[in-house]
Amino acid sequence: MPSTITPINTERDKKRHLDDHEGGHGRRPPTDKRTGGGGDNDNWNDRPQGRRGPREKLSRARLGLFFALAGDLMFFVAIVSAFFVAQNSSHIDVYNRYVNQWLPTAIPPILWLNTAVLILSSVTMEVARRSMFRETDVMDEWLGIGKPLTRRVLPWLVATTALGLLFLAGQAVAWHQLNIQHVFFSSNPSSHFFYLITYTHAIHLFLGIGALIAALTALYASRLLETRQILIDCTAWYWHAMGLFWIFLFALLAFFQ
Amino acid sequence: MTHLFSTDHRTIGRQYLTLALIAVITGTLLSLLMRTHLVWPSWKLPLHGSILPEDYLSLVTLHGTIMLFFVLTTAPQSGFGNLILPSQIGAQHMAFPRLNAFSFWLTALAFAVLLSSPFVYEGAAISGWTAYPPLSAIPSAGPGQGLGMDLWLASIAIFSIASTINSINTLVTIIRLRCKGMTWDRLPLTVWGWFTAALLSVLAFSVLLAALLLLFCDRHAGTAFFIPPGDQVSGVIHAAGHPGNGSPLLWLHLFWFFGHPEVYIAILPGMGLTSMVLANFSRRPVVAYRLMIATTLAIGVLGILLWGHHMFVAGLNPFASTAFSITTLVIALPASAKVLSWIATIWRSRPHYTTAMLFSLGFVSLFITGGLSGPILAQPILDEYLHNTFFVVAHFHLIMAMAGVFSLFAATYYWFPLISRGRLLSERLGRWHFWLTLYGAYNTFFPMHFTGLAGEPRHYAQLTQIPNAAGHLLAATLPLNLHITTSAFILAASQLIFLVNLVRSFRHGEATPANPWQATTLEWYPCFNLPTEPLMAHRPPCQYIVTASGDESFLPQWIEDASVDIKSIKRE
Repeated sequence: MPSTITPINTERDKKRHLDDHEGGHGRRPPTDKRTGGGGDNDNWNDRPQGRRGPREKLSRARLGLFFALAGDLMFFVAIVSAFFVAQNSSHIDVYNRYVNQWLPTAIPPILWLNTAVLILSSVTMEVARRSMFRETDVMDEWLGIGKPLTRRVLPWLVATTALGLLFLAGQAVAWHQLNIQHVFFSSNPSSHFFYLITYTHAIHLFLGIGALIAALTALYASRLLETRQILIDCTAWYWHAMGLFWIFLFALLAFFQ
Repeated sequence: MTHLFSTDHRTIGRQYLTLALIAVITGTLLSLLMRTHLVWPSWKLPLHGSILPEDYLSLVTLHGTIMLFFVLTTAPQSGFGNLILPSQIGAQHMAFPRLNAFSFWLTALAFAVLLSSPFVYEGAAISGWTAYPPLSAIPSAGPGQGLGMDLWLASIAIFSIASTINSINTLVTIIRLRCKGMTWDRLPLTVWGWFTAALLSVLAFSVLLAALLLLFCDRHAGTAFFIPPGDQVSGVIHAAGHPGNGSPLLWLHLFWFFGHPEVYIAILPGMGLTSMVLANFSRRPVVAYRLMIATTLAIGVLGILLWGHHMFVAGLNPFASTAFSITTLVIALPASAKVLSWIATIWRSRPHYTTAMLFSLGFVSLFITGGLSGPILAQPILDEYLHNTFFVVAHFHLIMAMAGVFSLFAATYYWFPLISRGRLLSERLGRWHFWLTLYGAYNTFFPMHFTGLAGEPRHYAQLTQIPNAAGHLLAATLPLNLHITTSAFILAASQLIFLVNLVRSFRHGEATPANPWQATTLEWYPCFNLPTEPLMAHRPPCQYIVTASGDESFLPQWIEDASVDIKSIKRE
């Protein structure tokens, strides 16, 4: 008979450090997350919120954005589900014929070009994002040598904004081309969805461009490095998500009509 | 003005609760008008005149929309969620305070837009809170389908965005801002309720937003997502301008994919609170704590998978009906597990019958009563007969409306010191309020089972002067309907006690010690402002000791070294 049936908490060997941020997946760089790697045994989790080391707010904002994008994904999933339902629904008309009115919309070829532009804009965005986290630049800023970080990131952000606007212009051209062929929003079930999907995605990109402009403004207006990092990082993830959504939506419109 | 646009989570929580209180008073008054009209169809409303069928339907629509969105979603999830949740997990604030304020003002805007709709030309929407097409998809279909419907769509769209933002805030707060030692299995069950409800909100409200967008396109952009070919309204064929194979069924799918999770969003926080309150006042740990977490999550997951049970008679594929029937019956298992845990928690204990405890017991009672008709309605063959009768109205009013409101009352009586900065609601008035409300709730909604079984349909403006056998059937329900109306007035009148209690106690309520209920969760940490040092959770909640002689002691989560090990004491 053991003396204690249930070991007391201090004796219990924890399988996993629940107060670690590292969930055992090995996804993080090998710094001790609990001490910041300084060797001073200062466990950040013992500190109150807001004082748990750098990037605490950033990880919060990223997580919030992740949930927002999950909701956004459901928005598009709902529309794509409706797409397949409408594509496969039909009715029996007065002459007892089985009628499916779906006429596949031939997509304007310029969409291929637009897709390439959007992928390219994701690349420039990623360059801007990664440049925000270059430590040498951060040291330069802290020492007050200047704003090399801003100078490094700015061109890429501007390029992303320009490419985003180019994509939207390309979409407008595509809508115009379809209008010339007398394919309108209300023409046909298929065109309903073509316009609905491209419109809603364009609205999302508009929001993304708004976020880019906010990030550009913050580069100059905000004195906190963390704020700038959050804005650019979250804008980048949002932009990538919109690019990814577009690739799926474009594939749907191009190959599943 | 700084206070009005505050970013403090407690202020925002109070603002949400104030909004919900205004909404619940509005919705109750509308329902009284409906009940009055059903019993006395010739009664003339002052300043308005006779209540026409379209007026009655717009009352139904506004009542359902206000109660579902602005009371049962707003108060538990946004109101008490904001007010209590950060304190309960040892956080100083929500993850995104400014977004939090933004989402409240969006909600207020949505409410204002909805309240403006009765005053436009042709009146408010009349399609019920479900806004079924094809009528709702055609602006010229009749009264209330024009601008009133557009305002309804706008209001709900704004509310969806606000609710999504609030839920993101809740999720990130729970995941990232827990204090040291507040592990997932030490989270109070209320937090688990808020967490699951927030997950459902993020997933479901986006789908509603998509559906609203499609409906808006049908109304104004000439599309035909929901308008079937050859659709006739009042002899006019409307499909000409809307080419395609639209189907109202698509709306039903999209809407109920949101709508069913929505009713769980309304009740899950209440379930969590009930567990904690029952445990606290019977001085017992929650029975099967981890299983209760699991059932909360299971109800969340299953709640997404059974939207089709609202569509059994709408032309759904019968095989799909079978699948949805099964998932609906399966959700009775975690729900029953919860009820068992509630009963086991209070079993053979000596509860303190405070008002909060009484309302939680009332919640359990109403949850059982309303829940038992769930598996009945979950079977397509029974739903064939019962669909759109008052049997359904009885079911969801008992399990969602009344149980939800009872949990809100329990929350108000329990957490009032945190709302009013250290005052208690009067227990004497509270007991009167409870018993009268319980009487009113049961007598209002339970007889609806019988009128429903007798064939009284929902959304019927008038039960008298109908020819033939149907008229005889409906006339036979009138005595019961009179009883229901009387009880509804008793139910509404007994809420005046609550309002008086609220107003008086805010000013002159009994001042309370820091932890009046001897609760164990962190929101009762003994100080009414922000804690000076960072909080730490040292143990799971609900640790109480009752010795054989009846001496009680309790171990809150924030106390570090317990001189006595709770597990070493045998329960009597």
